[in-house]
Amino acid sequence: MSVEREIAVDYLARVEGEGAMYLKLKGDEVIDLRFKIFEPPRFFEAFLRGRRFSEAPDITARICGICPIAYQTSACNAMESAAGVRLPGPLRALRRLIYCGEWIESHALHVFFLHAPDFLGYESAIRMAADFPEQVQMGLRLKKIGNQIMALVGGREIHPINIRVGGFFRVPTKQELRSLVPDLEWALEAALATTRWVSGFPFPEFERDYEFVALQHPDEYAIHEGRIASNRGLNISVDEWGEYFEESQVSWSNALHARRKNGGSYHLGPMARYSLNSEQLTPVARGAAGEAGLGSRCGNPFRSIIIRAVEIAFACEEALRLIDAYTQPEAPYVEVEPRNAVGHGASEAPRGTLYHRYAIDSEALITEAHIVPPTSQNQLSIEDDLRAYVPGRAHLPDDQLQWQLEQAIRCYDPCISCATHFLDLTVDRE
Amino acid sequence: MRRVMIGVGNPTRGDDAAGLEVARRVRSVETHQQSSGSYELMDVWEGADEVIIVDAARSGAPAGTIHRFDAHDEPLPGGILATSTHSVGVMETIEMARHLGRLPERVVVYGIEVSSLTPGAGLSTVVEDAVSELVMEIDRA
Repeated sequence: MSVEREIAVDYLARVEGEGAMYLKLKGDEVIDLRFKIFEPPRFFEAFLRGRRFSEAPDITARICGICPIAYQTSACNAMESAAGVRLPGPLRALRRLIYCGEWIESHALHVFFLHAPDFLGYESAIRMAADFPEQVQMGLRLKKIGNQIMALVGGREIHPINIRVGGFFRVPTKQELRSLVPDLEWALEAALATTRWVSGFPFPEFERDYEFVALQHPDEYAIHEGRIASNRGLNISVDEWGEYFEESQVSWSNALHARRKNGGSYHLGPMARYSLNSEQLTPVARGAAGEAGLGSRCGNPFRSIIIRAVEIAFACEEALRLIDAYTQPEAPYVEVEPRNAVGHGASEAPRGTLYHRYAIDSEALITEAHIVPPTSQNQLSIEDDLRAYVPGRAHLPDDQLQWQLEQAIRCYDPCISCATHFLDLTVDRE
Repeated sequence: MRRVMIGVGNPTRGDDAAGLEVARRVRSVETHQQSSGSYELMDVWEGADEVIIVDAARSGAPAGTIHRFDAHDEPLPGGILATSTHSVGVMETIEMARHLGRLPERVVVYGIEVSSLTPGAGLSTVVEDAVSELVMEIDRA
């Protein structure tokens, strides 16, 4: 006779924000599974209404202390698209450069402090630091270098203040940007060492056939703009998001679930970007991916830590290239004349595609705001992963099963604060 | 000998700003104001012989109570200083630094017990008094 059992994690550790997990099992069979986001709703979309279009980047930056650039960029893209404005070369390059800083900072945080302890068997990065001090120091310095880019271009690293619709309030001089070069050269080498280190971790045998969704750009590994593409033939402009994706509310999450219209879950983030766009990686990063044993795509979410390390290398190389090619523009921004229109914007937050949509009236006020963060879009994929992961491992004792399931969730680098605008696990066994 | 004092807190959350206010008023040592107690603190105290950290505390003691810990030799007791699911706190940073060999010779942590964390509010009277008392204590040392 199968025994029912329940596993509940009340507070998920090493995720950003407040979430939980509940699992009910009967023998090998999953009877109920919920990835719960109980962080309180934050009502950003509601309080953006009535604010000026130009305020959206600064207000939405406050949604996340780790990926504010993603919010600012998606908001700027939406407002500029509503006004029919495109950034000229150097301003576009700066927007990409500051985003590279955010990728380095956010990925370093996840790889070294949130994810690596899972593979090495530590409950926290602090415990891991006793045995792996060199790696932890490397992670700290990488994170700091990402922050330095954000501070130099954005005025400060958390919730930068120098970004505006149409560009920046002030642009850095070439000399200021050059000051980042020695650190970025060190960071590129460190990212390669990191890729080698994490590719040697023990990874569970687990693969799923995901629909990967990410931005795609004809000329570059998409970060701050592009079309929305998938490995199943989707290729749409950002304006068309609402025709292909939909959101719904579930009782166990304060974050809306997103799915493909007439379809199911899809997967956002480093694995999606890599699987769609790896040929556009910079040469050194691409070499590192090959050396780490990554093929042209990756369907094992646990191996996403390798891709994050590769993306750190990419972001360093790309930042160095952008700095080298930079010419200080005459004006720090282009004028954006607001008009009565709807604007859509998207960019690749470290955790995946972040979509914004705003309706603006003739007074330049926001009448409607719609923000779809990557973690809320990944919720369904996380639940699908857990449902697929449990059956072969249901024999494990509760504590081991729980530990493995928490790890499966952390592969997504979930940012629950963003999604509500993560985890407490319960396993029920029957 | 280089002494560094770091005040940690949120300037817009009532008594949570207590540490920042101490850092603003202390005159006898190099001061820094930080919005969180995260790993960046290690860079701030790098090269110092002594670091004094002042943070908000919520242990259940009467508001305005000043807790004092010597953290060089042993970890801070849990459940006193503010912790968060969103960022690393002072306690975690000190333990990380201990493992990495990045703790100064002397590490003194003060926690000021808060009364109200109301957004937009200033310091409450009892916490204001505790701030003045602690500023004098640090400047006298």
